[in-house]
Amino acid sequence: MMAYVADTLMILGAALLLIGAVGLLRLPDFYCRTHAATKPDTLGLVLILLGLAIHDGLTLNTVKMLTIILFVFLANPTSSHALGRAAILGRLVPWTPDRREDRR
Amino acid sequence: MSVTAWITVTVTLGLILSLLRVLKGPTVFDRMLGLGVAGTNAVILICLVGHLYGRFDMFVDIALAYAMLNFGGGLVVARYLDRTRRNEPR
Repeated sequence: MMAYVADTLMILGAALLLIGAVGLLRLPDFYCRTHAATKPDTLGLVLILLGLAIHDGLTLNTVKMLTIILFVFLANPTSSHALGRAAILGRLVPWTPDRREDRR
Repeated sequence: MSVTAWITVTVTLGLILSLLRVLKGPTVFDRMLGLGVAGTNAVILICLVGHLYGRFDMFVDIALAYAMLNFGGGLVVARYLDRTRRNEPR
């Protein structure tokens, strides 16, 4: 029973990661890509590592993995926020539908 | 193949796609964003490989160190771009 729960969590996480990567490739400018990159990535890591933790049972490794989850949950938004702040301060103009030369 | 092996294949595919954004990205911010996503995928990949090889106690430490290095590197580069690219038309 718990193996099915773990497999479901991991499949959901992998689907989120794949959707995030496709969005990172397809969206038109940097700010949209920030939206597509960071949120599915963080949640995908949390889901896949929770699935692995359920697979392995409660050991010291589970505690280390929960440490990774907590750290990434705090660090990933901080890092992407610093990057977006650098882009705003660097005068990177956001994409609008009538100005299409940025789409690459 | 087990479910974990297929998950590993999918995560590797996501890592390759985000590295394509690093190659393509028009600005330096896009490249850093792609590198951050690739780093997070690499952390997941290290944990999954440890589970597949049965040496989870060793690989989870590597994954923790990699997550910390990824965060530090991304933050340092973001602050550096913050300093240097200010007031430049872009």
